[in-house]
Amino acid sequence: MNLVRLVGVIWWLNLKMRSRSAFDGFMNILWPLFFSTTVFLMFRSTGAAGGALLSAAVGASVMGVWSSTSTTASSMLQQERRQGTLELVVAAPAPFGLVLLPITLSMATIGLYSMVVTILWGRFAFGIDIAVRDPWGFAAAVAVTVVAIGVLGFLLAVTSVRYRTAWALGSTLELPVWLIGGFLVPLAALPDWVRPISWLLAPTWGMAAIRDAAEGRSPLVDAALCLALAAGYGLVGALLSRRLVHSARVHATLALS
Amino acid sequence: MSVIAVEALTRVFRSRSGPLRRPGREVRAVDGVTFTVDRGELFGLLGPNGAGKTTTIKMLITLLVPTAGRATVLGYDVVGQAREIRRRVGYVFGGDRGLYERLSGLDNLRYFAELYGVPPREQRTRIAELLDLVGLAGRERDRVERYSRGMRQRLHIARGLLHRPQVLFLDEPSIGIDPVGARELRATVRRLVDDGTTVLLTTHYMFEADELCDRIAVLAGGRIAASGTPADLKRSVSSGTVVEVEVFGVPDGAIARVHAVPGVRSVVVEERGQAQNLIIRAEPGAEVTHAVMGCLDEAPVGRVATREPTLEDAYVELVSRS
Repeated sequence: MNLVRLVGVIWWLNLKMRSRSAFDGFMNILWPLFFSTTVFLMFRSTGAAGGALLSAAVGASVMGVWSSTSTTASSMLQQERRQGTLELVVAAPAPFGLVLLPITLSMATIGLYSMVVTILWGRFAFGIDIAVRDPWGFAAAVAVTVVAIGVLGFLLAVTSVRYRTAWALGSTLELPVWLIGGFLVPLAALPDWVRPISWLLAPTWGMAAIRDAAEGRSPLVDAALCLALAAGYGLVGALLSRRLVHSARVHATLALS
Repeated sequence: MSVIAVEALTRVFRSRSGPLRRPGREVRAVDGVTFTVDRGELFGLLGPNGAGKTTTIKMLITLLVPTAGRATVLGYDVVGQAREIRRRVGYVFGGDRGLYERLSGLDNLRYFAELYGVPPREQRTRIAELLDLVGLAGRERDRVERYSRGMRQRLHIARGLLHRPQVLFLDEPSIGIDPVGARELRATVRRLVDDGTTVLLTTHYMFEADELCDRIAVLAGGRIAASGTPADLKRSVSSGTVVEVEVFGVPDGAIARVHAVPGVRSVVVEERGQAQNLIIRAEPGAEVTHAVMGCLDEAPVGRVATREPTLEDAYVELVSRS
């Protein structure tokens, strides 16, 4: 079994599946407009300009990627359970973790729509100057962050294979990660005890890497930390998936009844 | 060596309730089931809803871990060697679930071809071959959400065959298919068996089991009530006759009176619109028709017929006995 091909094909077919709903597509555009508008208005009312507004635009756009992944990653397995495909996926010989990972990566990829929409909205509706100093670094940092968010979604989703009610986890974590990931509020403004939690979140470093590239600093260190944490999540998720699938077979939670 | 060997297989479902997850109800869905299936055999599992057929299949295809007992498929243990089994078996269930609605039939097959590790070079020809086999060629690029129930079922079958499984588990595959489709499905299953595939089939349709199965096990309440060839099972209740009486409004107490008629073994009532069909199984040599008619008071009676027992009669008797 060619595992790279497996991940690629599952990612592509899931992307295809998720891009086909006109309603979902509309929501992917509309939803980020609401919170980015709120963010831009808040920043503007405090007199923010230049780099601060660019930082807000970038933060709001990553919020969209995270929201799109966190809320759907956890509920996705419940949906697969409902449509009877979860059992078929588990009954196949492909390692379950390697099937789940590209699914959550496809969700993060869909989140890129909202990222683009947010940046364009900031540019045309609020006149925010999107002058990215290091475009290649910026693109690489965005790619690394999207992958990291996808892998974090995988870690959240994997618990749903065993626990039917774990679908609520993603929605519960959506807003806290906005806050402690430094998407809008600088980490320095958070209480000291919160910072170690922020450091354990890959999107925190991804966010920092994107800002670095946008403002002309090297994003390398932050991007590397982001990737390293994502790899750690992937490893934990893979180990967890094996244990949780076995536990789901013991406790009969692969089907709805 | 048997392809499927099941020994004292048991599965208990335990529910928990309350915030402290206290143990609640315990259901013994499969209770000490033992059977074997040989290579190239088509083995049927029959039984009413809740008899444990699907639970047995789910243990054999490694979706559930048995609570007790042991099962091997192709010599591999269902608990410890799940991956080896998954590579070599196919699973098809009835109904319209189990497909990705927003993908086309073709993409659904591509998806599962990857999950089963069908080599990329082989995928195109294998998928085309299966689409032809199940009669979906030409519709493969339509989204599944536009498929009829029969088309979905045929796609399920193609999905289950992608990796050329040595053992195929069919869980009520003909449910919801029209008679022509069901006949084609039976022909496909028969062809697969002729080509050497071992098939374990569950169905509610007795004629389907009678036509297809080499051997059958009847499950009731999680246990095997009887097993053997369809002929064996019919013979087990064939020392006698079946009388069918069509009645328009069975009087109160009539069924109990029919039961009490000397020579009557069992009585089953089937509702057929405004009429009821009494199916009375009688002891060999017992002439019960006259006495049964006497039990029906003045109720209008339609068709009265006497016939040899069918597999369905055997099934009903075996299930009602246990």
